[in-house]
Amino acid sequence: MTTEALPVVAVRRRTFGRLMAGQTGPVLVVVTAIIVLWYAGAIWLNTPWQIDLFERGGVEWSNADLVRATLAQDRPLLPAPHQIVAEMRKTIIDTPITSKRSLVFHSWVTLSSSVLGFAIGAVLGILLAVGIVHVRSLDKSLMPWVISSQTVPILAVAPMVIVVLAAIGVRGLVPKAIISTYLCFFPVTIGMVKGLRSPDPLQMDLMRTYNANRWQTFWKLRWPSSMPFLFTSLKVAVAISLVGAIVGELPTGASAGLGARLLAGSYYGQTIQIWSALITAAILAALLVTLVAAIERVTLRRMGMGV
Amino acid sequence: MTAVPVPPVSLATPAPAPESRRRVVDTRGLSLTFQTADGPVYALSDVDIAIEQGEFVSFIGPSGCGKTTLLRVIADLEQPTGGDIQVNGVSPREARLGRAYGYVFQAAGLYPWRTIERNVALPLEIMGVPATERRERVRQHLDLVGLGGFEKKFPWQLSGGMQQRASIARALCFDPELLLMDEPFGALDEIVRDHLNEQLLRLWDKTGKTVVFVTHSIPEAVFLSTKIVVMSPRPGKIIDVIPTDFDRDRTLDIRETPGFLEVAHRVRQGLRAGHSYDD
Repeated sequence: MTTEALPVVAVRRRTFGRLMAGQTGPVLVVVTAIIVLWYAGAIWLNTPWQIDLFERGGVEWSNADLVRATLAQDRPLLPAPHQIVAEMRKTIIDTPITSKRSLVFHSWVTLSSSVLGFAIGAVLGILLAVGIVHVRSLDKSLMPWVISSQTVPILAVAPMVIVVLAAIGVRGLVPKAIISTYLCFFPVTIGMVKGLRSPDPLQMDLMRTYNANRWQTFWKLRWPSSMPFLFTSLKVAVAISLVGAIVGELPTGASAGLGARLLAGSYYGQTIQIWSALITAAILAALLVTLVAAIERVTLRRMGMGV
Repeated sequence: MTAVPVPPVSLATPAPAPESRRRVVDTRGLSLTFQTADGPVYALSDVDIAIEQGEFVSFIGPSGCGKTTLLRVIADLEQPTGGDIQVNGVSPREARLGRAYGYVFQAAGLYPWRTIERNVALPLEIMGVPATERRERVRQHLDLVGLGGFEKKFPWQLSGGMQQRASIARALCFDPELLLMDEPFGALDEIVRDHLNEQLLRLWDKTGKTVVFVTHSIPEAVFLSTKIVVMSPRPGKIIDVIPTDFDRDRTLDIRETPGFLEVAHRVRQGLRAGHSYDD
């Protein structure tokens, strides 16, 4: 009996071991745990309201009825995952992307301003870092401002930026992009100051023995040395540029964008709509970070520094 | 550069060279004091040294004796606080601007994002050498240090000894007259070190460069040098200058000969004498 059972166990153990050795196994375990906790949370949080509903309607209900009902409310406190998936399928796949009800349309609006803001922020961040590293007075004068800029809550700054720019006739994409820029130049500046200063004294001395000028030292030493730092900051920056764009859509009552969907959802208590917009934003951010990571991998491998 | 009015007399000053051989490095009363939070550190004190064209000169001494500082002063990487120094008959700064020397550091210091070929080409790029000539010179110098065939490798794909050979090729490829080497083989194991010492000697013989070499290994100094400068710490000063007279095509075997041991003995005695300053 045991002798027959052993190989099966061994095979099972081997498959399981292989699964857990890679990334798939652990990721699956975490995802399953999150979904289980989520369902438990949805049932727990939606129960009081559901009981209220049952009692007001004078309905006879069992525990099974209660659970089923908590997972199928119209405006649940916490929507169940399958409700969000259904909503996302409806608004992403089943709705034409030209429609104002399409999440693809709203995502595009938010994405375009966050990508524009990210591009400006990355360039600005790099330029600031170059200035700070090369000009001593900029290091002293600019760095405190760079840091204190981030201590102001973006939610307080965003409405003012939008309103002021609207007053001078700048509307639409640009004001939102500027808020993204405001958030994402910071990690790039900090990362690049560190990166451009990362060459060790020996490497700098070497440039000096060749009588290299600042320009040559920058392009042949400082810039390539800073690449790992640049990409790390860009990954942070691209994710928060999306946050910036969404925040930029909130205070103005924008009619389009993921922020507008969040706002509309909260006006009308459409929690499922809010959550599907949130999840969509998270997926977009993950895609953007993955894209930057892919560019990083290719670049560093070409530079012989790939892992 | 502050000139000292009266050239100080030092026992270490070698006899005046015959006029036919140019002085590549010439210092008089050279001093360097670092001001630190713990008070002044006398890195170099009253150093007189003359290095002639084609010589292989080693600076040897315990750590802190200022041998690396002296090399860095020659390279214009440190500024002396007293005395006079000329490199190729001009100030170290002018010599550096004229790209008079190649510097080999203790670590190879290759740029990890450049292939070996492009690492060696780096000084040539900076000096504006055209691409075709660059390729030719890189090829020549990689062959010279025995790294032909490794052009496309990245530094991490090479052993420590090979990386250091690449850095020597990098220092030589723009054809400087003077090669400054700061414990270039200090981080390598003894077997690799012996091998590279022999190769370096061949290289010196073949190219006729002037080499200034910093080491704390007695056999290395004796084997390689035409002249050994023994230094002592606190303050860093020269306590002995030992000329050697071995064949230019010597091999590592001479390390067993009485002549070699005699020189090594004198170096060791000099180092010991230097150490008595501590007590």
